[in-house]
Amino acid sequence: MKTLMSRGLDLAKLKGARYADIRVVQNRTETMSVRDGVVEAMTASENTGFGVRVLAGGGSGAWGFASSRDLSPEEVDRVTALAIEIAAASAMVSGDMVDLGPAVTSQGSYQTPIQIDPFGLSIEDKLAVLLAADAEMKRVQGVRVRRSNLTFIREQRWFANTEGAFTDQVIYEAGGGMQVVAVGEGEIQSRSYPASFGRQQVTAGWETVLNWNLPGNAERIASEAVALLTADPCPSDITTSIILGGDQVALQVHESCGHPTELDRVYGTEAAYAGTSFLTTEKLNQFQYGSPVVNLTADSLRPLGLGTFGWDDEGIPAQSSPLVKDGLFVGYLMSRETASRLGRVSNGCMRASGWNRMPIIRMTNVSLEPGTWSFDDLIADTDDGILMETNRSWSIDDKRYNFQFGTEIGYEIKNGKIGRMLRNPTYTGITPQFWNSCDAVCNAGHWVMWGTPNCGKGQPSQIAHTGHGAAPARFRNIRVGVLK
Amino acid sequence: MPAEAEARDLCQQVLKRVGSNPAEVLFFTVDSALTRFANNSIHQNVSERDTRLVLRYFEGKRAGLATTNRLDAAGLDEIVTKARAIAHASTEDPDQTGLPGPAHYSPVQAYDEQTAQYTPARRAQAVGVVCQMAKEKGLNASGAFSTGVEALTVANSEGLFAYHQGTTADFQIVVMGADASGRAHRSGWCATDLPVELLGKDAVYKAERGQNPRKVEPGEYTVVIEPSVTEDLLDQLNFHGIGAQTVIEGRSWMNDRIGQKVMSSLVNIWDDGLDPKSLPLPFDFEGVPKQRVDIVREGVIQGPVYDRYTGQKTGAASTGHALEPELRSIGPLALNLFMGPGESSVEDLIRSTRRGLYINRFWYTRLVHPRDCVITGMTRDGVFMIEDGELVYPVKNLRFTQSYVQALNDVDAIGSETSLMVGPYIRTATRVPALKISRFNFTGVTV
Repeated sequence: MKTLMSRGLDLAKLKGARYADIRVVQNRTETMSVRDGVVEAMTASENTGFGVRVLAGGGSGAWGFASSRDLSPEEVDRVTALAIEIAAASAMVSGDMVDLGPAVTSQGSYQTPIQIDPFGLSIEDKLAVLLAADAEMKRVQGVRVRRSNLTFIREQRWFANTEGAFTDQVIYEAGGGMQVVAVGEGEIQSRSYPASFGRQQVTAGWETVLNWNLPGNAERIASEAVALLTADPCPSDITTSIILGGDQVALQVHESCGHPTELDRVYGTEAAYAGTSFLTTEKLNQFQYGSPVVNLTADSLRPLGLGTFGWDDEGIPAQSSPLVKDGLFVGYLMSRETASRLGRVSNGCMRASGWNRMPIIRMTNVSLEPGTWSFDDLIADTDDGILMETNRSWSIDDKRYNFQFGTEIGYEIKNGKIGRMLRNPTYTGITPQFWNSCDAVCNAGHWVMWGTPNCGKGQPSQIAHTGHGAAPARFRNIRVGVLK
Repeated sequence: MPAEAEARDLCQQVLKRVGSNPAEVLFFTVDSALTRFANNSIHQNVSERDTRLVLRYFEGKRAGLATTNRLDAAGLDEIVTKARAIAHASTEDPDQTGLPGPAHYSPVQAYDEQTAQYTPARRAQAVGVVCQMAKEKGLNASGAFSTGVEALTVANSEGLFAYHQGTTADFQIVVMGADASGRAHRSGWCATDLPVELLGKDAVYKAERGQNPRKVEPGEYTVVIEPSVTEDLLDQLNFHGIGAQTVIEGRSWMNDRIGQKVMSSLVNIWDDGLDPKSLPLPFDFEGVPKQRVDIVREGVIQGPVYDRYTGQKTGAASTGHALEPELRSIGPLALNLFMGPGESSVEDLIRSTRRGLYINRFWYTRLVHPRDCVITGMTRDGVFMIEDGELVYPVKNLRFTQSYVQALNDVDAIGSETSLMVGPYIRTATRVPALKISRFNFTGVTV
């Protein structure tokens, strides 16, 4: 592999590239899903290819990227030459001189630590978990659709650049979940576990699926979905305290902290698609993003995170860096190029969704650090509010200010106790106001590494897998119940 | 890009390895490129050449699916071994329909040699023109210009063989000023048909005109929406209810409404994979021929689109709307939606509005509740107040929470021009006009 990669890099230099890197990615994915007791789909997929990124062309130089599935020496030559041609075209409409900052010479190997290799188990053993969960969901009368699924990924990534870096890493991911849909008179409700929109996903092996205990939670979520059909609607257009479950906090972090701290958005290079950011550079170390209990970190070292790896796709080593410290905005997610422009060095956030995509700035594991509260104490401390769990819908503006989220289930909180179930809960707010209204975060005992395996960004589109550690948290004076 | 004979040969090599069991082979190839620009310069410029071979293998009512992009003999052997092992381990699906036999496909024109041969330099020249336009006005252009060639082959053990090759082209531009932006977008299969300069001018005009936006109170407004907003309406209705799977599961906005008039009499929506004004594809991913299917006729819901599986479950025939096998849990989907045009220009729609909002784009729209397809989202890249038939001032972006079914019931007038836009993930090609909607519910404002 190293010989083939060196061939591309040597040719790039020969053709005048100021910088080049080459990534080879071999992805193996296995998915299975069960609907209403029947296997809906089981798929084994293999996908391999390579991409060459060059900084070349006249004047200040510009980026070119080309990729192919064919790992032959002749195709490496063709693709490298094409990347150079594309860079020359980019240089026809180029911007400022690209400065990549310090050279990157990383060397080594990394593998996700796993206890049980999911690819070493029989299909039947894995499927048995889903069929058992389905049987438990089926016990509840009134459920219309039952779904469950598992996903396993083994991805080997090789990276080399013209500065001397060469890394080799193997990342394992395990994902899974289940959902029930109940349909009543003019009402449709769903419940999911461990997370909504298909699945929870982490970097781990089969052991994590066993820990989720899908069969043990199946009957509960089925009963909740049916109960939601006749539950009272969430109060409309009121302002109250809300406590968000850890999974919902994770998505709130993803949308309202992770994305606005991406430095490419701040510099406008995602303006046409994903949007820009309100966290402009003059706010760095000056802006009170949240209350003092809000501490947010970008971290690619933490166990289980979908953003946990050895090196990013520019060869920068995994690391931890603060984004918000005691409520103060202090850091961005950066690439080599954007960090250099800011006068910093990259914190390793360049990631590509595959060999056929150019790396862009992505979240690694952007997490809300644990606070001090136990969940029971937090409920007991809340006189009047709503507990909301498991995301159902999410929307946020292109600068990441105005958001509206809905969850699958809510519960009224009165006088420190959880009360009646509420259906169709939603809440809305403006990001910095919202995080400044956060007055309590639960402790490490409630902190879970959640996975978002469906984060879309970039053109052509790239789906990233990102991690978000979070615990339940409380927010004051929030507008609740926006549903016409 | 493989010629038809090469694609046929590859599929036969796989089917031969399968032996006597029923099996279906899909072979996708793509050769695409995209030039991305921001801050009036090209910052990402990429090219991709890939293939995907998909085998669906049956043992009675049990199916196994395997995919690879490795096309050598070992790769073909492996895909068959894996699909066979999966089918063997699977459960029987009593609703499994088996495979369709050979069919006749209407020829459709969807390939343009110039688009297939489009070079990075040609895309850069076009991008350079619109960046210059923005620069001259002190504005900042961003966007993407993509071109590509795709081929799809479907073959099965029943003797079905279908091959289609087409080109794709897409141009999107967002022009930003200090506190406003404008956007324009068009798709097609012929790059030279994309009016790049006009799109650039449109985005520049809206960005210029949108400076110093005012905050308006949320509430119900009459709206005039550009085709890119109408596209979002149809896109959401499609994903949340036009496919038969959503109807079977009781989560479609169509449930209990088929045959009823729930939208304005002006509204006609259909799907037609054979119309060259879309991104045509003469067959679906099971090899079933495409046809025109009416979804809404004069406001009356006609029914969903079907693949073979959902057709079998409900006693209907496939309408040719199966997705590729890896996406089939979504159920069938309309990939070539149209909304019928009316007789008004966008200027007419504005002129007939006493007070309302002109909206250029929706952003980040998500389902809040499925029953009436209630969606929340934001406006973006151009909102203006209309008073007494004229755009009077730009407006800050608003959040809405609105039933899209109700919105199409409140359509007062329809634009005479339609535009084609293709979605970024599943390739939904949607050709739609501008609309005037008498009331639309805005629930918040942004900073």
